[in-house]
Amino acid sequence: MSDETNAKSMSIIVTKGTLDWAYPPFILATTAAAMGLDVTMFFTFYGLALLKKDLDLKVNPLGNAAMEMPMGGGHMAMPNILAALPGATALTTNMMKNMIKKKGVASIEELRDMALEADVKMIACQMTMDLFEYKKEDMIEGPVLGGAASWVDVATRSDINLYI
Amino acid sequence: MADQVLDAKGLNCPLPILRTKKALKDMPTGATLEILATDPGAVKDFEAFCRTTGNELVSSNVNGGVYSFVIKHTA
Repeated sequence: MSDETNAKSMSIIVTKGTLDWAYPPFILATTAAAMGLDVTMFFTFYGLALLKKDLDLKVNPLGNAAMEMPMGGGHMAMPNILAALPGATALTTNMMKNMIKKKGVASIEELRDMALEADVKMIACQMTMDLFEYKKEDMIEGPVLGGAASWVDVATRSDINLYI
Repeated sequence: MADQVLDAKGLNCPLPILRTKKALKDMPTGATLEILATDPGAVKDFEAFCRTTGNELVSSNVNGGVYSFVIKHTA
């Protein structure tokens, strides 16, 4: 944090836990750390699921009219009525994971490991742990438990504060 | 000739930058690292990386779809 070292600093509140939304916070956190920033991530609500030891992230286009998959040279969006069918989440998740592999995009597990390796500080929201009945032993080692005040404290001393 | 070469071809954002940072960390000050990449976004990203970290971007070239950057480890 800026008053402890001369480095710039960034905090990110991570609120979403789907396969697609897991990317922006981890990409920004690892990149900022690589560029010398002190980074803190605060995981709350659905974002907290990203700290589980076993990640089983999924994506479904239901209600997301902007989500279209490249297909046969064009793009295809899935109508809501199909996205709501059983199996649609598994289908779109598989498609997304295949695209991720094919395009040389890192997996979330990889990015999370790199964030920890780069000393990105992680705070797991205690209230969300209680609310969703997550067990500490199901979560990865590294993050500390804390609440809103912990983030506010970090944020007042950070150069960049993001909410994702 | 750079002191070390990092092949980041086929990798997408932010992996070329993350691998570069990792490689630079173990290199002595003044040493040069050549990075090969196929991500077109890397051109702007390596400029930004060097501006922010204070490392020197010695050169930035493209040859047949492969981008090459030489960074001097100065920070």
